[in-house]
Amino acid sequence: MVTAFSHSAGRPRVGLFVTCLVDLYRPTVGFAAVRLLEQAGCVVEVPAGQTCCGQPAYNSGDRATAADLARATIALFDGLDYVVIPSGSCGGMIRKHYPALLADDPVWGPRAAALAERAFELVSFLTDVMKVGAVTARCPARVTYHDSCSGLRELGVKEQPRRLLASVEGVELAELPGAEVCCGFGGTFCVKYPDVSARMAGDKADDIAATGADLVLAGDMGCLLNIAGTLSRRGSPVAVRHVAEVLADMTGDTPPIGAKG
Amino acid sequence: MESTAHRFPENARRALTDENLQYMLRKSATGFQLRRRMAADRLPEFEDLRDQGRDIKNHTLAHLDVYLEAFEAKVNEAGGHVHWCPTAADARNTILRLCQAAGAKTVTKGKSMIAEEIGINDHLEAAGLVPIETDLGEYIIQLRKEPPSHIIAPAFHVRKEQVAEAFRAAHTDLPPDRPLDEPRELITEARLMLRRRFQEADVGITGANFLIAETGATVIVTNEGNGDLTQTLPRVHVVIASIDKVVPTQEDAATLLRLLARSATGQEFSAYTTFSAGPRRAEDADGPAEFHVVLLDNGRSKLLGTEFQEVLRCIRCGACMNHCPVYGAVGGHAYGWVYPGPIGSVIDPALIGIEKAGHLPNASTFCGRCEAVCPVRIPLPKMMRHWREKEFDAGLGSPAVRRGLGVWGWFVRRPRLYHAAARLAVRVLRRFGAPGPLAAGWTAHRDLPRPEGRTFQELWAERNRRSGRGEA
Repeated sequence: MVTAFSHSAGRPRVGLFVTCLVDLYRPTVGFAAVRLLEQAGCVVEVPAGQTCCGQPAYNSGDRATAADLARATIALFDGLDYVVIPSGSCGGMIRKHYPALLADDPVWGPRAAALAERAFELVSFLTDVMKVGAVTARCPARVTYHDSCSGLRELGVKEQPRRLLASVEGVELAELPGAEVCCGFGGTFCVKYPDVSARMAGDKADDIAATGADLVLAGDMGCLLNIAGTLSRRGSPVAVRHVAEVLADMTGDTPPIGAKG
Repeated sequence: MESTAHRFPENARRALTDENLQYMLRKSATGFQLRRRMAADRLPEFEDLRDQGRDIKNHTLAHLDVYLEAFEAKVNEAGGHVHWCPTAADARNTILRLCQAAGAKTVTKGKSMIAEEIGINDHLEAAGLVPIETDLGEYIIQLRKEPPSHIIAPAFHVRKEQVAEAFRAAHTDLPPDRPLDEPRELITEARLMLRRRFQEADVGITGANFLIAETGATVIVTNEGNGDLTQTLPRVHVVIASIDKVVPTQEDAATLLRLLARSATGQEFSAYTTFSAGPRRAEDADGPAEFHVVLLDNGRSKLLGTEFQEVLRCIRCGACMNHCPVYGAVGGHAYGWVYPGPIGSVIDPALIGIEKAGHLPNASTFCGRCEAVCPVRIPLPKMMRHWREKEFDAGLGSPAVRRGLGVWGWFVRRPRLYHAAARLAVRVLRRFGAPGPLAAGWTAHRDLPRPEGRTFQELWAERNRRSGRGEA
């Protein structure tokens, strides 16, 4: 593991990549990430010039815009020990796709590769890099967890959130049938093919209902907005939150995602 | 076949309200997945085999000309003939010519996606021949006059009651009050009808799962034995295969066969694996008098050396569609051309053009399950993204989405403006909900959760000002 950090106190300097959806929709997730990182002994910085990782452009075939955003992000997080992202999807973009996107660029290609090595999804960063084995939090609820596709298949985030959730007082984890099946969000997919997306989200909502959970968690705002919107349209009482909110003991601070009122 | 890929959204909507289809999709959804998982788990070296499969195919594609010519030499040596067909029309005409030269009336057919790709049945029928599908699923959909909805389970979408209906309509010389409720009764009837056809056939057409350069053999796998009867009983056997089916050696074919059935149906091996190499020899007990291989390119060689080359590794197992949540929601017909699911979303644009098939690579959430199960590790999402790039560069695709992305792209490149706009946007969204046509796609089916009301960036800056920390 890294032994010499740039920060004088020997604590790693972590740049938080907030993600555009957290910035817009759910600032609480950003503050939860900050709290978890600080509890793990990190010094957290939030470069103000960040906007979006570029994935919407990248997945829409607009490589030029995606590359512009990738270069801007790489430059912003220069000099920090790590970049931590409370999203498997944006995390996958920075970790897996930036190097591919800029592979032919002699200047930015190596910088993208260097950043990718220091970029981590939030929960797996806590467990795998900072060796956090437990958190101090309380959430008395029957909880189920949806594995977001990119976090799961691009970054191998699977048991890490479950391990930390097991340390939360009061959490009773009920495994979600089809936890690894896409919820139907898919970025622009959900507005390009709303009917297909709705069918997939509906299946997810059925699976969530079948667990008897009070609370469904995931690590990606895209999936969470989709799931929350679908459950809310159905009048489901199941609450929806980002996993970081529970791990950071912040469920008392903000109502669940999509809660009415 | 005529493509309806450009109508994917309408096709999908129809599929979502087709009760029979939805019944079959839900019934079969997890069966294939579970069986593949169990087959893979039983074989400790399965992941290594996937690497080997990928490497065999990569090597072959890098020397495709060499192996195809070696294959042809071996076929000639055995007394067979290879017909090189650059286009679907060339292949259709070649096959018709072979059938006519054989004086054929009835032509039996084993299952072949290439036959679907070139539309051989319609072509033969138009010339007065009678092509008969002998794979049960293909036979069913031939009677129903529809294309396959799955590359290994062509009648995946048909309920058994619908099969009975098709049989009653077609088999009019059988007693109309016969029971056709049980699968066994349906299978027995199909077998009876097909048995007659096998005996009448003058030409048998099969596909090929592999062509072996080392021996000149073609290989098919089936679970019904229909392929064997198709290729050994008639006087003429025509194999139709695309150029990407060649592998160097018998050993290589064996490696890929170990992957194929496990990935497709979860079997360790298909019930029948048949190698055919040339016409009947003097000492053979049976076999055709003539052996022809129709080799189809149809745009595949143009993919060599491009970002799409890797798609030619495909061994047509169907695992990608079996694990695709979009395929699982709408079935195969919605895709509108021969190859459905993730593999179709990459191949179809290559074969019929991105302007016609543009929806297909977009009809994916990039969830990545297809790549995770592909036996030869084709990076399907990456290739769909490459098609989106071609589409973007050509100015194709949804104008509303393009406009939306254009505005967004302008803002995200200008952080100060972006953050000012974001601060405003979340306030508007919180108070009024989302406007615009893109939001309608969302709100037709689900609520749009209200944002908390302020952006993280502004709250963070505020917190830092309060605590006296400078803004980064």
